[in-house]
Amino acid sequence: MAIAVVNRRIEVTVNGKAHVDEVEPRTLLIQYLREKLDLTGSHVGCDTSNCGACTVLLDGVSVKSCTVLAVQADECAVTTIEGLADGDTFHPVQQGFVEKHGLQCGYCTPGMIMAAVSLLDENPHPTEQEIREGIEGNLCRCTGYKNIVDAIQWAAENS
Amino acid sequence: MIPASFEYVRAESVDHAVSLLQEHGEEAKLLAGGHSLLPLMKLRLAQPGVLIDIGRLGDLANIRDDGDMVSIGALTHHAQIEHSPLLRQECPVVSHTAGQVGDLQVRHRGTIGGSVAHGDSASDLPTVLLAVDAVMVAHGPEGTREIPASDFFTGFWETALTDVELLTTIKVPKLPNAGWSYQKFNRRAQDWAIVGAVAVKNGTTRVGLTNMGSIPLRATAVEAALQAGASLSDAAAVAAEGTNAPADVNGSAAYREHLARVLVRRALEEAGS
Repeated sequence: MAIAVVNRRIEVTVNGKAHVDEVEPRTLLIQYLREKLDLTGSHVGCDTSNCGACTVLLDGVSVKSCTVLAVQADECAVTTIEGLADGDTFHPVQQGFVEKHGLQCGYCTPGMIMAAVSLLDENPHPTEQEIREGIEGNLCRCTGYKNIVDAIQWAAENS
Repeated sequence: MIPASFEYVRAESVDHAVSLLQEHGEEAKLLAGGHSLLPLMKLRLAQPGVLIDIGRLGDLANIRDDGDMVSIGALTHHAQIEHSPLLRQECPVVSHTAGQVGDLQVRHRGTIGGSVAHGDSASDLPTVLLAVDAVMVAHGPEGTREIPASDFFTGFWETALTDVELLTTIKVPKLPNAGWSYQKFNRRAQDWAIVGAVAVKNGTTRVGLTNMGSIPLRATAVEAALQAGASLSDAAAVAAEGTNAPADVNGSAAYREHLARVLVRRALEEAGS
């Protein structure tokens, strides 16, 4: 069957800035952010909702933007890693990754930080175990997670 | 990976969704959170011509007290179920199990209705819903009908829902005093269950199995053995009877049968059967 594909108009607030765009319905949110808005801080890792590198906040909660259509984000607010700092001041989770050296290659870091922001929003004072479970949707192939967990713990103590 | 092209329409109400299903027929698929459907579409295992987005039907995203049942709207996210005070009080096996689905991001986005309607026997919640005798409420052109969980799952990725029906509500019985346990075995925390086992003890004990066949299963042999007075370990020893375990990269059928026996024993012990 021939499919009548009609582009769809979406209004999305990304990092506080309103965007109005026409997108093909099959456009993924990560694709829209990276390719249309040139916000390349959110990474594509596995592209199968396993690794979490593409994690952003959608209306304040962490989601894997490789498994969300851009049209599903219509009329929603998106926060990416680029929108986290307050001017020159890092978000406490970002600062925690600096303080505790919570990265090696850095590929997973934007997604890891956004997942941690959402985790601490729901549970401001997590135990180490709760942090480990809270970032189970984010894979890091370098660090063994120890410094990442320390970084999130630092953020919880310094927020 | 990008899905194949499709037409996108947004349903404004349940009735509108049903009329869109009637209009587009089997070309159409309903889109809720998309966490079962979109991965399949990206892998081109599903190529619906039309996606009917029901994700904004806010009336279907709530949990409410419904007499001797708790009604869970089909669009309720796993995270909402996990943290619902009402469910934690009245049917904790359901809220606990919702917290075992995927990972935090998946639970923020995935819905109970999507999981149930997708009908994957490796999913956690369908097995638990089967064990507690949940009732699925479907809305179609003829109105609303209730489908017991025991009749709902009909085959691999197949359910009793017709092409023009929408799952609107999942009703679970209040079991505030029941013993319960859900045991999930996987290699990575976020993965699907290689095998899962649920036990719910409310007078008699109900036992269910995840990923031990093409549909979620009741471990009827275990239940019968318990009824006949068998010890927990003797009852658990027959957990693989009547199952048809799949073999895949995560394990052979024999390995899954072993897991079923071990997990059922643990579930029975934790549920205090």
